Amino acid sequence: MKPTECSFLFWPMSIAAPPRTQYEAVIGLETHCQLSTATKIFCGCPTTFGAPANSQTCPICLGMPGVLPVLNATVLEYAVKAALALNCQIAPHSKFDRKQYFYPDLPKNYQISQYDLPIAQQGWLEIELVDEQGQSSRKRITIERLHMEEDAGKLVHAGADRLAGSDYSLVDYNRAGVPLCEIVSGPDMRSGVEAAEYAQELRRILRYLGVCDGNMQEGSLRCDVNISVRPVGSPVFGTKVEIKNMNSFSAIQRAIDYEIERQTQALEAGERIRQETRLWEEGSQRTISMRSKEGSSDYRYFPEPDLPPIELTPAQIDHWREELPQLPAQKRHHYEEVLGLSAYDARVLTDERPAAEYFEATVAAGADPKQASNWISGDITAYLKAHKLDIQALPLRPAGLAELLGLIQAGTISGKIAKELLPELLSQGGSPLALVEAKGLTQLSDPAALEAIIDELMVAHPRELEQYRAGKNKLFGFFVGQVMKKTGGRADPRLTNDLLKAKLEG
Amino acid sequence: MSLLKNLGRQLRAGELSATELTQAYLSRIERHDPQVRAYLHVTAEQALRQAGRVDAQLAQGEPLHPLAGIPMGIKDNLCTQGIPTTCASKVLAGFCPPYESTVTAQLSACGAVMVGKTNLDEFAMGSSTENSAYQVTANPWDLKCVPGGSSGGSGAAVAAGLCAAALGSDTGGSIRLPAAFCGVVGLKPTYGRVSRYGLVAYASSLDQIGPLTPTVMDAALVLEAIAGHDPKDSTSLATDVPRYSETLESLSETQPLAGRRVGLVQETLGEGLDPEVNTLFQQAVAHLASLGAEITIISCPRFAYGLPAYYILAPSEASANLARYDGVRYGLRAPEATLLAMYQATRAQGFGPEVKRRIMLGTYTLSAGYYDAYYLKAQKVRTLIKEDFEAAFTQVDVLVSPTAPTPAFKAGEKTADPLSMYLTDLMTIPVNLAGLPALSLPCGFTADGLPVGLQIIGRPLAEADILQVAYAYEQTTPWHHRQPPDLS
Ligand SMILES: [Zn+2]
Repeated sequence: MKPTECSFLFWPMSIAAPPRTQYEAVIGLETHCQLSTATKIFCGCPTTFGAPANSQTCPICLGMPGVLPVLNATVLEYAVKAALALNCQIAPHSKFDRKQYFYPDLPKNYQISQYDLPIAQQGWLEIELVDEQGQSSRKRITIERLHMEEDAGKLVHAGADRLAGSDYSLVDYNRAGVPLCEIVSGPDMRSGVEAAEYAQELRRILRYLGVCDGNMQEGSLRCDVNISVRPVGSPVFGTKVEIKNMNSFSAIQRAIDYEIERQTQALEAGERIRQETRLWEEGSQRTISMRSKEGSSDYRYFPEPDLPPIELTPAQIDHWREELPQLPAQKRHHYEEVLGLSAYDARVLTDERPAAEYFEATVAAGADPKQASNWISGDITAYLKAHKLDIQALPLRPAGLAELLGLIQAGTISGKIAKELLPELLSQGGSPLALVEAKGLTQLSDPAALEAIIDELMVAHPRELEQYRAGKNKLFGFFVGQVMKKTGGRADPRLTNDLLKAKLEG
Repeated sequence: MSLLKNLGRQLRAGELSATELTQAYLSRIERHDPQVRAYLHVTAEQALRQAGRVDAQLAQGEPLHPLAGIPMGIKDNLCTQGIPTTCASKVLAGFCPPYESTVTAQLSACGAVMVGKTNLDEFAMGSSTENSAYQVTANPWDLKCVPGGSSGGSGAAVAAGLCAAALGSDTGGSIRLPAAFCGVVGLKPTYGRVSRYGLVAYASSLDQIGPLTPTVMDAALVLEAIAGHDPKDSTSLATDVPRYSETLESLSETQPLAGRRVGLVQETLGEGLDPEVNTLFQQAVAHLASLGAEITIISCPRFAYGLPAYYILAPSEASANLARYDGVRYGLRAPEATLLAMYQATRAQGFGPEVKRRIMLGTYTLSAGYYDAYYLKAQKVRTLIKEDFEAAFTQVDVLVSPTAPTPAFKAGEKTADPLSMYLTDLMTIPVNLAGLPALSLPCGFTADGLPVGLQIIGRPLAEADILQVAYAYEQTTPWHHRQPPDLS
């Protein structure tokens, strides 16, 4: 802009430097989730991961001449359940389309997908962020659409990372025709943390439903990020960049943080952001340009004539809705608002449905929620991790844990004894009370018996008694230790304290 | 008389063994097919093996299906396990499918004997069978003429007695046109009546498999064997299959069409209709009236838009269906240094000009910015044509028209002008767009001795209706007795 065109040429000049422009990121995610059906979306081939190359193929998923697709009914059920859990509108009439492009991993050179009538649209999910102070904040992220499609095969290149430049490339069609559900979020996220939390919440929901195992390493959950940066307050979006190739939530977060910084610096330097696809490089912790997206490709979509339109009755949708489990966000709300847990604890407990259900069963069996939460998130989780066990397979059932916590609360045993008993209970199960009785570990809470022990100790340690009475208060602990030693840890701690205090003071 | 019934009776009576019957057809093929060129592959070995099984069944006194031991020709766009299936294209030269199409599996289960795979226009795209990458099939009534297409090999084989019955596929007239040009019966069933599993797709929303046979009864017998729901084809219909052949036998002798309302499609009788065809058609209508039918003239005002709509929709679907022939997995692969060069060379060498023309046409009509103007508009036209037919069928039970505007034309006559070739299918295409069943049967011969076809169109799933009208007509006319001049 030339100075003469500047309308604020005569604006009073400020002496201070103009404030630096603040930028914000606008982030949306496109997530491909592999639906965990036993067979592929349009044929009967198994979907097991890691089988020998091309061993899980048939004429249909190889795109032989004359074959026809038949929709796997479970794929539809899983997709609708995922959509319902994401608060989407389910389309009563939906259809499949052909998305056309040539690539050797795509057997028919078109992908059966959904274009203008996806199975579901307009939903949302709620993320909950907990900051370092333990403060939680909730945010709704919109879901623009959810659709079903088939996966492509996998190329293995010899002599290069990509097709271009490789000596030759081999194709494994085991993955071709594996059912996917693509979930597109609104451009609602503003930071790497939010995006990573969105992805994690999505994974949690899908795992709660049992429709996707969410395994990012095996590619069952793949997130592509769309990100642009704009001056805060700007009503228009900046140029969008797509980032691929992140196979963990922290990689999503780091890739976004890197990209926000890269784009902000570029804008501040007066550069233009190129519309492109970039790859996250785990090794160098940065994104690199893969290909330009300017002049978007034409997929020549048209309705798939080999599959009839999908018609869903309200009764069918309601039936699937009734089968939905309670979802992580609902559980978090309940834990925080009704059971009084912290946002952090609620989040940890609800991360996996079996743990949450174990917790709820423990509480239902009469345990104090806070105690149950501490024990499950602490010792029990550590034990499961160390032994590579699922909580469902744990011999100590929720009723047993509730009983153990009840024994502590009633003063029958101390917390210390409980911890000592835990390994045996975790590995053998059974009734904690029976174990306590068998081992003779019930807490000593008879004042007369404890007084007798204290009297003995005072006689046995006259020097320490004298020092204590002379004001060396630290020796109180010594006497507590002696009582515990004498009772094998069974002495009621509070009663011991009270009695000791009275006796030692003389 | 039904050829299939006649042969079946001889087999059951022990006058003829299935092996002898198959051998007789194989030797006719050996003698005459060098002139007719109906077959791309003759499957003599498998045929004799299958015939042997039928003879063993006969020897055991087991009951036989009406198609048991019947030598049949199968259009070479139907997948046959371990047997070359080329679609008359170089791109599938030597391709042997690892699986069997539903229809051929059904025929095989009935004991039918496949004697060979018949010629067609490459990927069923054409009206004369001249688009085959391998050979041009001759019309048995005049070897200089085309047999019609795209199921020209099947039509010519039935007419020349090189099989007792055949299967074809019909996307815009590809069964009915060769039936008309070759003087045989050809039936395109309702879309979804017969499974398409294993039929190499040309235009998926229009393709349908059906029989080409010497007589109407034979068509009914073959349809009975191949119709019905197939869980492998999501577009196949779950409606019960009537015993078509029995409904024919129950027709009254004197006034078989009493009370039937027959509509003439006015729009098929205008400009471009060959005068001889028109005369024979009018005589056929008069004959139907004499059998008791009530004749009405019916207007289907959008009929004429069928052809342009078809040439958008069919190529659009074809452009996607044929994308898989890329040299990566099967069929022809042109050795080139890079992937793109391999794609281009494979498809350039593998496809013939008509196939390329339709792929380009379909790629264009589906392109961003053109989709609404072409594909979407054509779909709307399709709906309107369907509505025209629905309206017509509130007034009549069946519709009739000439099957084609002209009799068979000379080979090479229209190859340079695709548009005039496309016009051959004017009368048959709207039927595919509406998904209706239709049949063509001979209704006379031109002065040059070429057969002319009468098309009978029915309501959805009303194959029995059109078969009955056709049967009543056939049983009271001499045309089906006429044989092509001796092939020497
Ligand atoms: Zn498969």
